[in-house]
Amino acid sequence: MRLITHNMLQCHVKGCNANNFPLELQEVVLEQEEAELNEDFLRNMLGKIEYEALVATCLKLDINDLPAAMPADAAYNDEFLQILHRVILETHIKSGKMVCPNCQHIYAIRDGIPNMLLAEHEV
Amino acid sequence: MSRPEHQAPPEIVYGGDEAAKYTGNSRIAAIQAEMAARAVELLNLPEGYPGYILDVGCGSGLSGEVLEEEGHVWVGFDIAPAMLEVALEQEATGDLFLQDAGQGMAFRPGTFDGCISISVLQWLCNADKTSHHPKARLTRFFSTLYSSLRRGARAIFQFYPENDDQVQLIMGCAVRCGFEGGLVVDYPNSKKAKKFYLCLFAGQEVNGVKQQ
Ligand SMILES: [Zn+2]
Repeated sequence: MRLITHNMLQCHVKGCNANNFPLELQEVVLEQEEAELNEDFLRNMLGKIEYEALVATCLKLDINDLPAAMPADAAYNDEFLQILHRVILETHIKSGKMVCPNCQHIYAIRDGIPNMLLAEHEV
Repeated sequence: MSRPEHQAPPEIVYGGDEAAKYTGNSRIAAIQAEMAARAVELLNLPEGYPGYILDVGCGSGLSGEVLEEEGHVWVGFDIAPAMLEVALEQEATGDLFLQDAGQGMAFRPGTFDGCISISVLQWLCNADKTSHHPKARLTRFFSTLYSSLRRGARAIFQFYPENDDQVQLIMGCAVRCGFEGGLVVDYPNSKKAKKFYLCLFAGQEVNGVKQQ
């Protein structure tokens, strides 16, 4: 799972509706995989990314490349878009777990695939 | 032959052997790709617009390949681990999740520019466990899907409805969750080629301004 998708995830346990984002990454193994830069796609995503959460998540993973605030000219700032591309589209979480900051539900990640299945009482 | 969704839950029907067979069969693969291409067309995204697209019941990633070819970035989930394993072997380019559509999904509001789903929806009408209530599962699925789509986005489901009642059940749940839309039937006069696409719209994009 790429970091962009982690930024779109929130806990979906029944009744867990507040403070359920971002899911906290623990014991993760990361892998860099090259991908073609697609600036139009990144521009499309700029408004959807929760930037503060992304930066905080990255810092915990020792990824320090992103500026603390999104540049005002982000959509046409080539240098920024390249860094963003590397961080959110080329950084994959191979294994580890995601923990909900609210209800503490643990979503395990194996072979890059998060297990989002809930127990009956959590639906 | 009986319908696969009558045999066992999907994660069993598409277990190890069947997952490999399903993906290795070039005729099935070709039909799947064709239906995925049609679903992507029905998403009606602007020409050349690289979207962030959800594939519900992505299986081994056959429809993901079509999305990829169209320049989209995709995220897919499936309830059958064996299918996801095949997706990994095939080096699927999308982000994969092990997830049950009937439990809803965990994406933030407005995440996706569109959703496609090939041959999955009829499974949600099953009650594979005593705790499964099709109407509740469909409602949870559609309500969380509605929220995860940006306003004005579409969700296109190719599916095999068993009868009119099933179509009404599915449509009723979708509409109660805020969707508008209807059924598109391709090749309506061919018993073999006939295909159903449920086309759902997640609200309106007013004057190009996204309504959240
Ligand atoms: Zn939670």
